[in-house]
Amino acid sequence: MSKQNNAPPTALKRLLRDPQAIVVISILVILGLAIIIGPLLSQFDPARTDLGSALAPMGENGHILGADSAGRDILTRLLFGGRNSILGALLAVSVAVGIGTTSGLIAGYFGKWFDTLSNNAASLLQAVPGMVILLAARSVIGPSMWWMMAIFGVLLSAGTFRLVRSTVHSVRNELYVDAARVSGLTDWRIIFKHVLRVVRGPVLIQAGFLMMIGLAIQAGIEILGLGDPGMISWGGMLSDAFARILVAPQLMLWPSVMLATFCLCLTLLANSLRDALDGTQRTSPATIRKVNREIRAEMAAEAAFYADNPIMMGEDELLHIEALKVGYAAPDGSITEIIHGIDLQVNRGEVVGLIGESGSGKTQTAFAAMRLLSEGGSILSGRVVWKGRDLSTVSEAEMSTIRGTEIAYIPQEPMSNLDPSFTIGYQLMEPMRHHLRISKKEARARALDLLRRVEITDPERVFKSYPHQVSGGMAQRVLIAASISCEPDLLIADEPTTALDVTVQAEILDLLRKVQAETGVGILMVTHNFGIVADLCDRVAVMQLGEIVERGDTVTMFKTHDHPYTKQLFSAILDPEEIREPYVAPSGAPSPAAASLVDTSLVEEAEGRLETKTVSKGASA
Amino acid sequence: MLTFLARRIVTGAVMVFAISVLTFTLLYSTGGNAARRILGDFASEEAVALRTQELGLDRSLPEQYFDWLTSALTGDLGSSWFRAVQVNEELGRRLTATLSLVAVSLLFSVIIAMFVGVLAAVRRGTWIDRVIQTTSLGAAAIPGFLWAIALVMLFALNLRWFPATGFVRPTDSIGGWIHSITLPVIALVIGGVASSAQQIRGAMINVVNQDYVRTLRSRGLSPRSVIFKHSLRNAAGPGLAVIALQFVGMLGGAVIVENLFNIPGLGSLSANASIQGDVPILMGIVVIIAIIVVVVNLLLDIAQGWLNPKVRVS
Repeated sequence: MSKQNNAPPTALKRLLRDPQAIVVISILVILGLAIIIGPLLSQFDPARTDLGSALAPMGENGHILGADSAGRDILTRLLFGGRNSILGALLAVSVAVGIGTTSGLIAGYFGKWFDTLSNNAASLLQAVPGMVILLAARSVIGPSMWWMMAIFGVLLSAGTFRLVRSTVHSVRNELYVDAARVSGLTDWRIIFKHVLRVVRGPVLIQAGFLMMIGLAIQAGIEILGLGDPGMISWGGMLSDAFARILVAPQLMLWPSVMLATFCLCLTLLANSLRDALDGTQRTSPATIRKVNREIRAEMAAEAAFYADNPIMMGEDELLHIEALKVGYAAPDGSITEIIHGIDLQVNRGEVVGLIGESGSGKTQTAFAAMRLLSEGGSILSGRVVWKGRDLSTVSEAEMSTIRGTEIAYIPQEPMSNLDPSFTIGYQLMEPMRHHLRISKKEARARALDLLRRVEITDPERVFKSYPHQVSGGMAQRVLIAASISCEPDLLIADEPTTALDVTVQAEILDLLRKVQAETGVGILMVTHNFGIVADLCDRVAVMQLGEIVERGDTVTMFKTHDHPYTKQLFSAILDPEEIREPYVAPSGAPSPAAASLVDTSLVEEAEGRLETKTVSKGASA
Repeated sequence: MLTFLARRIVTGAVMVFAISVLTFTLLYSTGGNAARRILGDFASEEAVALRTQELGLDRSLPEQYFDWLTSALTGDLGSSWFRAVQVNEELGRRLTATLSLVAVSLLFSVIIAMFVGVLAAVRRGTWIDRVIQTTSLGAAAIPGFLWAIALVMLFALNLRWFPATGFVRPTDSIGGWIHSITLPVIALVIGGVASSAQQIRGAMINVVNQDYVRTLRSRGLSPRSVIFKHSLRNAAGPGLAVIALQFVGMLGGAVIVENLFNIPGLGSLSANASIQGDVPILMGIVVIIAIIVVVVNLLLDIAQGWLNPKVRVS
C-alpha cells in the first residue's frame, strides 16, 4: 500500500553509485566470467599429469601461472576448481535460503506451534559446530562434495530462519499489513506482496555472507583431507599444496589468492548492499568530525569578536542566549540549520516557558544550552552566556563542572532516562559524590532526603530499586530529585510531563512548582502545552521552525498575542469547564491534584493559576 | 533467578538428548554396512554377519539407541570400531588439547575484541575507528585456515620462531605448551577478534546513543564514568551473546586448526574418525561437544542474568 514511489534513488541505484561496490562487482564479474568461459578456452587438461613440467615456474611450457608438483597447469585447475567451489557454495546458500526463508516466513507470520517447533529446531542446528556435524555426516554419506554442501546448507538455514522470522515479526503488525488484512487480502497474498518485500533485502545481504562461509567450509573440508579426491577445487589445490609446503610453498599462492579475493569481495559487496538498502542516509561519523572541525574554526573567529563585546548581564540574569544558531551535519558534509539565531534569557528564580509544537526546535535549544546535542549537532554561532562564561566555547571538561551543579536537566521520557543496570539510589548518589565530594554514607542520607522531598512515600525501597521496578511517575520524581541533588541554579525541563498519565502529570507539575518555591531555582520549561505555561511560567517564548516568533510575560500573553502561530497554539487549548482551586502550599497532605478529577488539557489548572498570578501581581504592584 | 536457572538446565538437557537422538539416527542408519567396512572387502559373509551381531548392529535402531544411552549415562561411550580404545578414554585424552586451545583463544579474543570494539566506538569516526573497522572486516572475510597457513609459512618455516606442528601438554611443560599453541591460538584469535569486535562496537554505540546516557552526562559525571561504568555495563549483555556465538565458532575452527598444526585434539580425532567411519568415536565427539556448548551457554546465561537486574531481581 504505502509504496515509496517518490523515494529518491532506489537501493540498486544507490548501490551502483557506491564506488566500492562498483569495484567489487567488477572483480566478481570478471572472475566469474573467467571461471565460466576459461575452461572452454584452456589448452590444458586440468587432470593430466606431466612430470616434465612438474613445479614449472610461471610462464614455462605455456603454463601461465606455472604447474603443480604433478605438472598440471595451475591456471586451468584454478578455473575448473573455481567452478566446483563456487557451485558447491551456491548449493549450500540455496538450500539455506530456501529452507530458512520459507520456514522463517511461516513461523514469523503464522506463529503458533510451527514457530515453537522451528525455533527449537534452529537452536538444535546451531548448538554444535557445523564442521563437526559435517564430519559425522561424511562418515555415512562418503566424500560427496555436493551432499556435504547440501547438508551444510541445512545447518546454515538456522541463521536465515532467525533473520527472516525476526524481520517478519517486526512488520507483521505494521499498519499497512493490518490494512491489507482488513481489506480482505489473503494471508498468502500479503506474504508475497508485502512481507517478502521487506525480507528480501536482509536475506540478500546474508546470502552474501553465507556464500563466503560456504566457500570457506568447502575448502576447509578439502584441507582436512575429507574432500572428493576426484574433484578439482580450490580447497583441494590448497590441500595438495599444504602437503608439499616444505618443498614447494609457492603452490599455496594462487588458490589462496582466489579464495581470499572471492571471500573479501563477497563481504564487501554484502556490506555495500546493506548500506544501499538501509537508505536512511545517515551522516557518517567521519563527515561529522570534518564538519565539526569547520564549525569550531568559525566559532573561534567569532569568539574573538564576542570577547571584545561582552554581554552586560543584569544582576539577576542567569542564562543569556544570544543569536544562537544550531545545526546538524548532513550526509554530504553540508550543515542543516535547525535553529536560526534565537535570543532567550532566564533570570534567577524565574520560570520561563519555551513553547512550540514538535519540530520547532525547542528541545534542541535546551540541549544546545547544556551542550548535550545528539551526535552530529552543534552550535553554529551565537553565544550561551552563563554567569559571564560563554558555554558555546568552553571546554568539555569545564562544561561537565557546570552540568549538574549549576544547570541540571529533567528529561521527557522518565523510563528511558534511568540507567537500567544501576539502582536508583546509586544513580542519585553518584553525582553528589562526584561533585560535592561527600562520603557514601552522607550521599545516601541526602539521596533518601531527596526522595522524601519529591514526595516518594517509601524512599528506602525506591532507593534500593532498579528502574524497571518503579512506575513512570515514580521515575520522573526520581529524575527531578536527581536534577536538584547538587543544588543547581537552573533546571532545564524538557516536557517533563508529556510521557506520563494525565493524573500523574498534574502531580508532577505540582511537585515542580513546590520544588521551585522551596529552592528558588530558575526553570526553563520546554513544553507544547499552554496549560503548563499558565500553570508555572512567569514568561514565555513561542518557538516555530527554529525561531522565536513571540515572547512576553505569561499574563500579558494570555490576554494579547499577535502572531498567528501563537493564536493557533492558543486555539488548541480546549474551553475551560471548571476552574480548579489554586495551588496551596504543602501542609503534609497529598497534593490536591492527586485527589481531584483532573482534566485532559490542564486548562482549568491553567486558568486557575493565571488568576492567582494576576491577583498576586496586582497585590505586589 | 532459581526458576530461570532450572529452566535453562532442563532446556540444555533436552537439547543434548535431542542432538544425541538425531546424531545416532544419522550415524547408525547404515547399520549392516558398518561391519563390512571394518573387516574389509575380503572378509567372508559369515565373518561380517558375526561382526554385525557382535556390534549389536542387527538390532533395531531404538534398541541400539537405548543401549547406547543407558551406558552413556554411566559414562561409558562404547569402544572404537577400529582400534582397541574406549571412546571416553580417547575423548578424555583429546579434550585437554582442544579445550586448552579454545579456552585460551576465546579468552584472548574476548579481551582484544572488547578493547578494540570499545575503542572504535568511543573514537567513532576517527582514523582509529576506520583502521579497526577496515582491518576487522578484511580479517573476518578471509577464511581462518588461510591465516593459519600464512602463520605457519612465516613464523614456523621462515623465521622458525615456533614449531609448525605438534603439541606439548601443559602438564609436561608449561613453556613448551605455550610455545606449541602460540600459532594455533593466533590463528583462531584473528578470526575471533575480527568477527566480534564489530559487534561489540555496535553494541557500545547503541548504548551510548540511549537517552539515559545523555541524562547521565547532564549530571556532569566524568566521561570515564559514563563510558566505562555505565555504558560498558549496559553493553555487557549483548557482548556476552557475542561470546556465546564465538565459542561455537571457535570449536568449529579448532577442527581445521588442530589438523593443520597436528594437535592431538577432538578436531583431528573427528577428521580421522570421519575418514575411517569410526561411528562410536564420532557419536561421542558430537555428544561431548554438545554438552560443552550447553554448559558454556548455561554459564553465559547465568552471567547474563546476573548482569541484568530484570532477571536477577525477581
